[in-house]
Amino acid sequence: MPEILRISRLTKRFGGLAAVNDVSFSVPEGAIVGLIGPNGAGKTTIFNLVTGVYSLTDGQVEFGGLNIAGLPAYKIADLGITRTFQNIRLFKNLTVFENVLTACHRSASYSILESILRLPRFRQEEKNITRKAEELLSIMGLSDRRDLVANNLPYGMQRRLEIVRALALDPKLLLLDEPAAGMNPDETEQLMRMISKIRDDFKLSILVIEHHMDLIMGVCERIVVLNFGVKLAEGNPEQISNDPKVIEAYLGVAEGEANA
Amino acid sequence: MDWFYIQGILMLAGINLIAVLGLSLLTGFTGLFSFGHAGFMAIGAYIGALMTVSPTTTPAGLGLPFFVGVIAGGLGAGIVSYFIGRITLNLKGDYFCIATLGFGEAIRLILNNVQIFGGSRGWPGVPYKSTLPAIILVDVVAVLFLANLVRSRHGRNMVAVREEELAAQITGINVFKYKMIALVISAVYAGVAGVFFAHYMTFLQPKMFSLTKSTELTIIVIFGGLGSISGSVLGALILTALPEVLRAFEIWRLVFYGAAVILIMISRPKGLMGGMELSPGGIRKARAERKARLEAQREMKQAQEGEIRNA
Repeated sequence: MPEILRISRLTKRFGGLAAVNDVSFSVPEGAIVGLIGPNGAGKTTIFNLVTGVYSLTDGQVEFGGLNIAGLPAYKIADLGITRTFQNIRLFKNLTVFENVLTACHRSASYSILESILRLPRFRQEEKNITRKAEELLSIMGLSDRRDLVANNLPYGMQRRLEIVRALALDPKLLLLDEPAAGMNPDETEQLMRMISKIRDDFKLSILVIEHHMDLIMGVCERIVVLNFGVKLAEGNPEQISNDPKVIEAYLGVAEGEANA
Repeated sequence: MDWFYIQGILMLAGINLIAVLGLSLLTGFTGLFSFGHAGFMAIGAYIGALMTVSPTTTPAGLGLPFFVGVIAGGLGAGIVSYFIGRITLNLKGDYFCIATLGFGEAIRLILNNVQIFGGSRGWPGVPYKSTLPAIILVDVVAVLFLANLVRSRHGRNMVAVREEELAAQITGINVFKYKMIALVISAVYAGVAGVFFAHYMTFLQPKMFSLTKSTELTIIVIFGGLGSISGSVLGALILTALPEVLRAFEIWRLVFYGAAVILIMISRPKGLMGGMELSPGGIRKARAERKARLEAQREMKQAQEGEIRNA
């Protein structure tokens, strides 16, 4: 299977601290890959490097064969990588619909002059993206909250809205940063089904950071484990759950074993 | 009160409104605070006056028609703002604000020392060209342009920048570009306002464009409500007329002005309009939002009651 994202020898130093050190892995096209590791392992830093929020110290990020390292964040988003945030970042004072409509801006191409003069292209494209935003909301079950200000949404729906907003960009690769954080087991299960459905319906690849092991083991085809900024292991869920190094990183080693 | 006096107040309010509308785009919609817009007004005023002043009164004057002055003043302010933006728009929040403050003061001090425009003594002899109908016409056009702009993808991108810059970036919005567009458009508006101001006063002096003027514009935008064009219109009308209405208090006038502004801001913390618009679409939107909020609250309450019963 061709790779949509290939990260090679990725390094990010903050002063003397290497938050990410020489990490290489790739995301096959159409796959759901999990990125796990203890707190401070460098998972979110990798997301920030891939999406251009941070500039990298060393290494390469290839997206669909194109080197995207050093591009500004908005260009990377244009190319087809988008993400959600660990601490939700919605356009809080806008309604659910406006959040999604704003993100549809790439599907329209009218100029400022055309919008000031309300020329035909403006009307046509506005109609199209309005329809697109409404479709997305109905697919993702947020239609009946269309006019609610995002800030007033229940927590779980805010997370869902962030995913819908990301989908409005027609991404090829979606990065989810702890999508299940703060969700109860019921909601987590719903989210799991949704992640698989999104991948199939929207034909995209997904890289997901998560601490809920059920979710990771349930939906991911491959898992990459990080610890202290370096890659500890990579493999399918079964390999990972039996890997002694991974167990050690998560649970520590029993005293007797350590001495042995 | 005679008509001449009322007309004067209306003209001043209309001129303020042009500048306030521009600042509303920058502050209310894009989320950038500026304390230097009097500087852009000054640039517009002086360039505009340079175009129209007759060469017989000032050697540098070109004696061109008024509309040339309006265009030149707006363009001049826009071009200067582009270069200012190139240097300052990468600064975050408060730092940008301080930079604009420095810019506004710098313009005033430079004009104080340019002798061909009379320096700090002032520049008399600007022709009286601003008429109430012309000002109203420009106001209407300015409101229409702005309303159409903010209700387009470009306007929504600016609002996205205000709401959450990082999220805007990863949504593919070129944050720097949209800040720049907002700044340049707001400067053009301020420049045009400056030209009308010059041709209303018929006399220019750098101290007319001090920090106080910039602050006044920002206060009007906040008073009217951030992110509301109708708020800016109401704010400009009310706050320009208020000092005149308060003339009865004589020397206590500005104290009452300040107290009135504080009172209104306490009773309406989001400004007069608080992000809403006085238009058929705006009212529909506000109603839909209210309905959705009440519905969500009702559902939440029902769910909680259900839980209590189940427990």
